[in-house]
Amino acid sequence: MRPSLIGAAIAAAILLAVGFGFPWLKIPLILAFCYGMAALGIGVLLRAGQISFGHAMYACISGYTVAFLGSRFPGLDGLLLIVLGTAASIVAGMLIGAFVVRYREIFFGMLNLALSMVLFTILGKFYAYTGGTDGLRVNRPTLLGMDLSRPEFEGALLVLAILASLAVIWAVQRYFRSSAGQALAAIKTNETRLEYLGVSARKLLWQGYVLSAALCGLSGSLFGLSQGLVTPEMGYWLRSGEFVFIAILGGSGHAVGAFVGALLYEFLKMYAAALVSGAWQLVLGATLIVIIYFLPKGLVGLFSRRRSAVEGQP
Amino acid sequence: MTRDILILALLDGVSYAGLLFLVALGLTFIFGVVRILNVAHGSLYACGGYAAATLGLWLGGGTLGASLAALIGASIAVGVVLGTLLMLLLRRFQDRDPILQLLVTFGAFMIFEDLQRMIWGTQPYFVADVVNQMGTSEVLGVVYMNYQLLFVPGAAIAIFALLQWFLKHTLTGRQIIAVTHDREVATAMGINAKRIAYLTFIVGAMLGSLGGALASPTTSLVPGIGADMIVLSFAVVATAGLGQISGALLTALMIGLARSFCVYLYPELEVVMPYVIMVLVLLVRPQGLFTVAQARRI
Repeated sequence: MRPSLIGAAIAAAILLAVGFGFPWLKIPLILAFCYGMAALGIGVLLRAGQISFGHAMYACISGYTVAFLGSRFPGLDGLLLIVLGTAASIVAGMLIGAFVVRYREIFFGMLNLALSMVLFTILGKFYAYTGGTDGLRVNRPTLLGMDLSRPEFEGALLVLAILASLAVIWAVQRYFRSSAGQALAAIKTNETRLEYLGVSARKLLWQGYVLSAALCGLSGSLFGLSQGLVTPEMGYWLRSGEFVFIAILGGSGHAVGAFVGALLYEFLKMYAAALVSGAWQLVLGATLIVIIYFLPKGLVGLFSRRRSAVEGQP
Repeated sequence: MTRDILILALLDGVSYAGLLFLVALGLTFIFGVVRILNVAHGSLYACGGYAAATLGLWLGGGTLGASLAALIGASIAVGVVLGTLLMLLLRRFQDRDPILQLLVTFGAFMIFEDLQRMIWGTQPYFVADVVNQMGTSEVLGVVYMNYQLLFVPGAAIAIFALLQWFLKHTLTGRQIIAVTHDREVATAMGINAKRIAYLTFIVGAMLGSLGGALASPTTSLVPGIGADMIVLSFAVVATAGLGQISGALLTALMIGLARSFCVYLYPELEVVMPYVIMVLVLLVRPQGLFTVAQARRI
């Protein structure tokens, strides 16, 4: 077995044990995995040198899809809801992506922000369908046909979140190593040269964009199920900012970075937020600047630097 | 829709566009030279407003002169102090990825948001002496504040004209334009690009805080106004095209009017209106309304 596989198995086992050993940690852990998936979505775009201040909208779209379908068709299974919610985000990502991949850097970021704000406002205003700012309740569905109590359901969601995260890390890492993923990183280095090689930068970025929308969507449907409630706040730009923060904290060098960042972020939020309740944003902002200054490649940069020093590779 | 509402919306829109233009001008001016979109510009707006209100309370605001002095003094002080701080911070990240530089300003914005809350609290601030001192006048049957009707748009246009004159007819101004066009060549010609960048940053920061100071008598200052403003002025700057000064004036007017008509006709859509305009414009003109096509550098 490869060392990375063993490491992943050990990490997953430890987190599962923590979740079941300390039941009050279950929800924070699920949330950390949700944030991790969404931040990984941002990380995919960061590879291409683009940044989105609006990706919370995809988490929001899938969360609302889950809530809506769950209340309209009470018999639907939880897994199916997650798949459908993610699918809704993918479709939205395909459509919006076709428009925004024409833009770069700040235009790209701002357009995503603008679209997410439009969604946020619509969700808040059309009370009849979306429940306005109160949001929609997410009924607890069955999972694989099993009708679970609340604690059991949370446990099952934690297992699901960990499995999904492992699958996502594997898949995204495969994508990063594929020729499409390598070419995506070339958009950041030099887009013009990429085009001269006969590769369509827009098409590549579109693929990356849909992938990132899918990741945020998966995160949103899990988030909605674990909270039992979806509100427009899920799509507010501050949430998108949190995703970006975690992506930078973890680093986009390896797919696992987003999850390391998310676990650290949840942990910090649980303990530090109470201590410095009036200065939480200040702490986050200062951390962001310090990380960019000392660790521009994020936490995973620490490991890759050490490995490349050992193997003598750049 | 009655005639009165139409006129009110028009006047509100023009007054709001004046504020929006000043803030967006600072943002776009800084971008032109330093090539950084400064997210912390929103904090400059908010701090400018708070400082003007505080100074206004402290000076007592007995006379019109004192009130105006508070507005202008606050915006200059905030612009110089915070602008210098930001510039010193950003200088450390000069050679980094543009995205990381953007995120540094985002981090600075978050820090300023909390500092602002610590200093001025969460209670709304409202100092409106100057508005009352300037009195009102009647326009086509609608009674309107002179401050919003004449002073704010007047200040915006005066500053626009002053800036245009400065850029076109003074040595420093022309140097700024040269650095905007091509920093390397300008440096090779013997222009001190660092000094120009610093100067631009300070001027841009002062414009942002002046916007806040001018807004302070007519809006209540609460936490979060910085965030709203930065998003809105981003929309203006992106719609006009990054670095476009005259374009920003027209776009600010467009967005200001659209917003105020929304307030009277479809209040639900007020928040999204600027974004809708931005998306529609960028759909047709991907680089903004007024950008001239640039050669791609390989």
